Amino acid sequence: MKVELSHIYKSFGNVKANHDISMTVEAGSVYGILGENGAGKSTLSKVLSGFITKDSGKIVLDGIEVDIKTPADAICAGIGMLHQDPLDFPSLSVLDNFMAGRSTLGKKIGKKRSKTSNNRSDLIRELRQLSATFGFDLPPNDRLANLTVGERQQLEILRLLSLGVKTLILDEPTTGISASQKTALFTAVKQLAADGKSIIFVSHKLEDVEELCDRLMVMRQGQVIGESEVKGRESNELASSLVDMMFGREIAIPAKHEINIQQTEPALVIQDLQIEGDRLSLQIDKLTVNEGEVIGLAGLEGNGQQLLLLACAGLLKPNAGKIRISDVDMTNRAYSNFLKAGIGYLPADRLQDGLIRGLSIHEHFMLRQSHSGFLINWRDTRKFTHEAIETFNIRGKPSTKVERLSGGNQQRTQISLLPDHLNLLLMEQPTRGLDIESTLWIWKQMMARCEKGMMILFTSSDLDEILQYSDRILVFCGGKVSQLIDAKTLTVDKLGQAIGGKFA
Amino acid sequence: MHSPLQNFLQNLQILKKFPKVAYFRFGAFVAALLFIAAVILLSSGSPTQVAMGMWNGAFGSSDRFARVISTLCPLLLASCGLIFTFTAGLYNLGIEGQITAGAIASTLLLRLIPEGFSPAIAITLAILFGIVGGGLWGLLAGVLNIYGKVSEIFAGLGMNFTAQGLALYLVFGPWKRSGVASMSGTEPFSDALSLPTVGNTDFSPIALAIAIFALIVTAITIRATYFGLKLKAVGNNLRAAYVLGIPAIEQMLSSFVICGALAGIAGSLQVVAVFHRLIPNVSSNLGFLALLVVMLINYNPFLVLPIAFLFSSLNVGSLELPLSLSLDSSLSGIIQGALLLFAILGEGLAKLSKESAHS
Repeated sequence: MKVELSHIYKSFGNVKANHDISMTVEAGSVYGILGENGAGKSTLSKVLSGFITKDSGKIVLDGIEVDIKTPADAICAGIGMLHQDPLDFPSLSVLDNFMAGRSTLGKKIGKKRSKTSNNRSDLIRELRQLSATFGFDLPPNDRLANLTVGERQQLEILRLLSLGVKTLILDEPTTGISASQKTALFTAVKQLAADGKSIIFVSHKLEDVEELCDRLMVMRQGQVIGESEVKGRESNELASSLVDMMFGREIAIPAKHEINIQQTEPALVIQDLQIEGDRLSLQIDKLTVNEGEVIGLAGLEGNGQQLLLLACAGLLKPNAGKIRISDVDMTNRAYSNFLKAGIGYLPADRLQDGLIRGLSIHEHFMLRQSHSGFLINWRDTRKFTHEAIETFNIRGKPSTKVERLSGGNQQRTQISLLPDHLNLLLMEQPTRGLDIESTLWIWKQMMARCEKGMMILFTSSDLDEILQYSDRILVFCGGKVSQLIDAKTLTVDKLGQAIGGKFA
Repeated sequence: MHSPLQNFLQNLQILKKFPKVAYFRFGAFVAALLFIAAVILLSSGSPTQVAMGMWNGAFGSSDRFARVISTLCPLLLASCGLIFTFTAGLYNLGIEGQITAGAIASTLLLRLIPEGFSPAIAITLAILFGIVGGGLWGLLAGVLNIYGKVSEIFAGLGMNFTAQGLALYLVFGPWKRSGVASMSGTEPFSDALSLPTVGNTDFSPIALAIAIFALIVTAITIRATYFGLKLKAVGNNLRAAYVLGIPAIEQMLSSFVICGALAGIAGSLQVVAVFHRLIPNVSSNLGFLALLVVMLINYNPFLVLPIAFLFSSLNVGSLELPLSLSLDSSLSGIIQGALLLFAILGEGLAKLSKESAHS
């Protein structure tokens, strides 16, 4: 289906999320929308898929202007969206999820499609057939919660296709899925395009866009900065021109510091650690980390990396074993002792575990600052907050509530709240969902801290990130860990194999 | 010169400048009044007569107005307490029991004090005992909630029954009036052990001063202190507050204790200023009424006074209705409940329209 948007406007209060956006997506092509966080990509795709109503502008599908007010309208018009975080029902079965939306939409769509059926055995057959077309393997009677994020995406794509969708919007689909699932996803997308479907691919990852898209546009601050053909252009030249468009300036990758393990002192020592998690137990016989070292914890999500981080942060009591930090035995001590020992923790779910919804940036600083007295010292904390917002380049005002900030600015706020001096920092997916600029900025800050002796343990689903910034790498698989591996001796391929369970 | 029509249109322009929320609030208020009028008509009364009757009941004489104020004082105290627990994200339904516990503790002290003791000191001690009694009752609910993992709603309700049972037992058992044990309560204390009142009315300036003082302290604590900010943090996101290093358990426990202590003062006032004895229903449902007040004001301490005043006027105003208009006295409850439900509905609709305008 050919999709044409013309002069789309959408504002949230004073923020112009979409300002005069026009684009054309031909049937049978993959169209990329590229931009950093907060550029307005998600707003645009939500306007098209009916989650947000536009202020003004036209949506034309195959030459006919349509009025899309709800997601149901969009699906009836043939537009389906795969959301960044799966919008599904984890407690229901795969089949139930596949059926979701049919009974209500069935009537509307039924007029156009004769095959609509709500018979479960028919639907199982339809699900199997669709799965087979794309080489997916989705057991219809399993609980959705047992599936990986990648498999849930596959199911959602199939559900949308079975509802007769002719245009598919994918919003950051490669975040949080494994490399093989990414390959399967890309194959499926190419197959759909070959069948004449149009695909809109929203991303901030250059390499994904390069691999998949026929054409793309770059957005910045709610506006279209440029459009470009992808096919037939030299990769390096394309990448640098796209980065220029996305940020309007050159970006340097922060230099990795060199650590000589023989010359530094071991500052984190873990012995015979055993932690029982909900789904698996983690066993680490011995782990020694030196001052200033960065340790990447590699592995598929949920293989015990988080348990180790939480135990080191003092937020989870191990069942057995010892944790020593800077020669102090921290085993079984209260969380407040961990804070006093200079241990920081940056959770992955920023609004769930790290920041407090409903409180402003200013209020967060007031909470974090050491204070004397009962009454709040407004003047000092306001001055301090202004300074921090400037230093950490947070796009927001002191009075901005944290849930109003974009992902990158929430992460900057989290980092700005860390104490100046830390011995050990534990980071979960520190740059997940962030654009290149924020990612590089964050690592630059971290590298500077490491040079003063701070240790970092971090998890990431991005193997390039782990290889780029770690001194040594610990591979997790099913609650077991490898030896510490020198990052210089590893490549993405070797690391991928190790994650698959083949420790070198 | 403007024609009347032009003037009218200009006024409409001004209306547009009001935030949408104001319309929803006003609309909800009108809808609530219509609903209440319908209920009165259904029970074959006249809405205008009821309104007049209630106005008269609350403000018809200085005696009645004094009763409004003497109801307002404990209501304000309980509302202040609930602002602390609501800010910490806790639904402290145990407030009724905390008022009762405060009343029992005050009565205990007054019964123990030998005759001829300075009344001023005795009353001060009685209020302090009320603070301790209510505070302990609140602490117990908090301990059940935090260490026993019982929902604070059920812990509170259970503690309410316990306090109520204890009051009944005392009134009919150890503390019964010589000869007759009845719902009318224990033997009244001597006049000297009551808070001084103005003239022959129930109005006690000291009780009002205590309540207003508590309100000011509450507003300052919630809005301008680190303690209040921490409570808000814990209430909005317990996990993140803990990770940020805020002692979440201490904060929650102290909100229970503070709420209990303020409710305890309310219970004391019921004994030393209103009933002059312990009666089984000494809390007079003021705790639940305070819950309505605090939910209606959206936990904003600056709105407590007007709303609490409105509710206590409604409460006192409707006392006369059964006599003057032979209507059921539960009408007052219907009026208060309807006001709250429609207000919450209006707030919800306002939010909905705001969101749909935004997205």
